Amino acid sequence: MALYPKPAEGSWTEHFPGVGTGVLSYEDCISPEFYEAEREAIFKRAWLNVGRVEDVPRVGSYFTKEIEVAATSLVVVRDLTGQVRAFHNICRHRGNKLMWNDYPRAETAGSCRAFTCKYHGWRYDLTGKLTFVQQEGEFFDLDKADYGLVPVHCEVWAGFIFINLAESPEPLQVFLGAMVTDLGGYPFDALTERYDFTADIRCNWKIFLDAFQEYYHVPVLHSQEATPAARPKMPGFEAPYYNLDGPHRMVATSGPPRRLWPTDYQYPIEIATRSGLFGPWNEPDLGDDLPGVNPGGIKAWQMSNFQIFPNMEILIWQTGWYMLYRYWPTSHNTHRFEGSLFFPPARTASDRAAQECAVVMFKEFALQDAGMLVGTQQGLESRAVRDDFPLNDQELLVRHFHNSVASWVDDYQRAHPVSVTR
Amino acid sequence: MTEAVLPADFSDLEPFAATWCLATEAERYARRMASTMAELEAFYQAGFPRIGEALGYCDKFPLDGLPDDAHHLLQLVHSLIMVAMCVEIWHQPNVIDGADAVLDRVAEPLP
Repeated sequence: MALYPKPAEGSWTEHFPGVGTGVLSYEDCISPEFYEAEREAIFKRAWLNVGRVEDVPRVGSYFTKEIEVAATSLVVVRDLTGQVRAFHNICRHRGNKLMWNDYPRAETAGSCRAFTCKYHGWRYDLTGKLTFVQQEGEFFDLDKADYGLVPVHCEVWAGFIFINLAESPEPLQVFLGAMVTDLGGYPFDALTERYDFTADIRCNWKIFLDAFQEYYHVPVLHSQEATPAARPKMPGFEAPYYNLDGPHRMVATSGPPRRLWPTDYQYPIEIATRSGLFGPWNEPDLGDDLPGVNPGGIKAWQMSNFQIFPNMEILIWQTGWYMLYRYWPTSHNTHRFEGSLFFPPARTASDRAAQECAVVMFKEFALQDAGMLVGTQQGLESRAVRDDFPLNDQELLVRHFHNSVASWVDDYQRAHPVSVTR
Repeated sequence: MTEAVLPADFSDLEPFAATWCLATEAERYARRMASTMAELEAFYQAGFPRIGEALGYCDKFPLDGLPDDAHHLLQLVHSLIMVAMCVEIWHQPNVIDGADAVLDRVAEPLP
């Protein structure tokens, strides 16, 4: 029996035109050729989140970002006027990687007045302009104005720094669309206590992302999220609200805060730290008006999970904290996961312990996904089953995601027919 | 241990300090994975009932100005949270169905 009413069409999936209810192919997660197409069609055309404004707090603050899927490294910097800029992280002289610390392939961050190449000492200002050439007189008609760093489109929305590798992309806010930009007023800038995770995972990026956009699997794979007393009482999962907007999608959940559950429905450590899987119990006062977080206006709203195409997720909890995930492909069957959890700054040891409990529990259950999905990759690669995977209504976002990926690849291939006929 | 590292009121936890007063999650996770359930349960049984008092003690100081002994005590609480996962949820040191997955915490507030 349904916990929540379905749309008039009878299901969320049928509510959205064009999504379809047929079986799904997972060839897009096992084909090296499709991966090559995604690199060009998606990761060199879509806006990609590479950080937060807090990563470049002051003039001269910079960080580098390896983007293997686009075979490049970027340097993101706050210039003298406060503008955040991005450049390809290579010196214009002979192509050396410009900013790195201990190892060229490792990301780095810091603060500087200018970028100086370790190789021959060429120097660039924070706007990318070439300002110094060692032994300039030895060169032949070299005009420094012609040899600035190669810029990359860089825009900031709600404190999230995005880059785009296309020549002339549509503006970021147009790309993000109304469903996402309605979140622009959320006080992300008040949630600066931050815990960052990375993992190299042996499955396609979309397989891992899929596990974070459907909760049908939660009562099964993550049965231990419920205590032994609660486990038999847990129904399957249903969401009260889904929404799609262009290639982006979201799901909301509802329910009372975990702190109000019976005590035997919580683990002792959750009660002891006044925190747990759903976050710290003490809620910050973020104001009453949080536009966009609950677009369905559902009652007892608990959290909303926004999947921003192609590889970003923002998950906002009613209790005043949020999570940010990114999935960076590194090959057709591997990717790097980045996850960050953001809270208001801890003032006391109790605040800090409450955050610690939430962050530790996040990792425990994410490890179940990371452990198991290697097996999904292997199963799919057997091709014992092809193009015949049935998805239910609670997997709408999975369906929409793979459709969106296919659509971007199709659009690109139609416009560039030569580059893809292999 | 020759010298106490925890506040005097928490001397009963002193035997666990050398093992479990660890600054980072990476160290705490590694210690947990290298421990037996008997070791994890012994620490949990001794430490879990003291979490409330421990945080109450630490809360008397600003978080960014904890005296050394309170700092150690908070590290011990962080470790108890880590160990509680094994004792309360998994009943084994590693995550059930976590296989050989790793998820590295690469940045965090300290303490």
